[in-house]
Amino acid sequence: MSAKVEEQVREEHPLEKILRMDRIPHIWCPTCGLGTTVTALSSALEQLQLDTNKVAVVSGIGCTGRVAGYMKLDSFHTTHGRAVPFAVGLHIARPDLKTIVFSGDGDLISIGGNHFIHTARRNVDMTIICVNNFIYAMTGGQVAPTTPLTAKAATTPYGNAEHPFNLPLLAASSGAVYVARWTALHVRRLTVAIKEAIQKPGFSFVEVIAPCSTLYARINKLGTGLDLMKFYHDNSVIRHGADLNDVDIDFQSKIVVGKFVDIEKPTYIDCLNAGNKRAFGDKYKPYGGGNGDN
Amino acid sequence: MKFWRTPLDIDKLQIPRGELHILKERCKGCGFCVEYCPKGVLELSDEFNSKGYHPPKAVKPEECVNCDLCELLCPDFAIYCVRAEAGEKEVSN
Repeated sequence: MSAKVEEQVREEHPLEKILRMDRIPHIWCPTCGLGTTVTALSSALEQLQLDTNKVAVVSGIGCTGRVAGYMKLDSFHTTHGRAVPFAVGLHIARPDLKTIVFSGDGDLISIGGNHFIHTARRNVDMTIICVNNFIYAMTGGQVAPTTPLTAKAATTPYGNAEHPFNLPLLAASSGAVYVARWTALHVRRLTVAIKEAIQKPGFSFVEVIAPCSTLYARINKLGTGLDLMKFYHDNSVIRHGADLNDVDIDFQSKIVVGKFVDIEKPTYIDCLNAGNKRAFGDKYKPYGGGNGDN
Repeated sequence: MKFWRTPLDIDKLQIPRGELHILKERCKGCGFCVEYCPKGVLELSDEFNSKGYHPPKAVKPEECVNCDLCELLCPDFAIYCVRAEAGEKEVSN
């Protein structure tokens, strides 16, 4: 093939330098919101001009868990629900890396729920991007702890009888220092939120409401992912700093989005250094990113 | 373009122009770019790609203002926009 033809054939998408192109096209369904969320993360990393050797992405299992495999960064695809504990270990061993956990609601909140609240309590410096599609999508649409009351799932054909988690309230009450929620449609605001979350020292949590066309929308007869995007367009209410008791999502209700929490708190390594310095005085050399004074 | 107040620097303003690149083979025909293009540049075409989806086509390519929304919304990394220096229009009232 001559160089000229090759040049014509090879068109390069601007995100190709941050994606593992040998694995693209990805396995996500048409009109799934995950690709858009990956674009938001990639453009956030690009805008922050971070050294890609200093960023690590950790995912669990599920549709969203595939993200770690698609990003050309240090990435790890952990077992189900264990993305957060792996990321805690990674952060403590290498505090110089920006640790990003990119996983789904079933992985982070259901199976990894205990890890999630305790890491938030310790305020370990990491960014959690939780893509909430209201269902266990990869395994066939079973009910998840985020499925709204009365919504149908493969295991609740007559409607879900359980109250769902209110994720921003859960994260904030467990101790997260940054909590935001956006939908996959709010790409620019989502990119800004991810940028702020990455820069924030401490446990930052970004919930992304994403359409699942093949399971959630099909079982509940909501149309395609495009129809869900239109629903988000018409029914999202931006309310920064909203009272977190009011932001739970009912079936096809208004979705309150925005930046809810942005506070300062010493991180886990800061507290560890401060505690050891109190105990051992000058003999103690501060560990990692914190300088041991705070 | 209609203004409720003529901008003071109207003679310096230029409407940016974008050049669309559609990677047809990667498209899954979700229609996000078609639905959310603020200028209505795109439309789903009748042709098929090898996966059997209808990729979008630019029906009004000269209207593209390089806002990058299609690039940001595309879940399949199949469309992007670059700024075209040529053909920038002056803003007129």
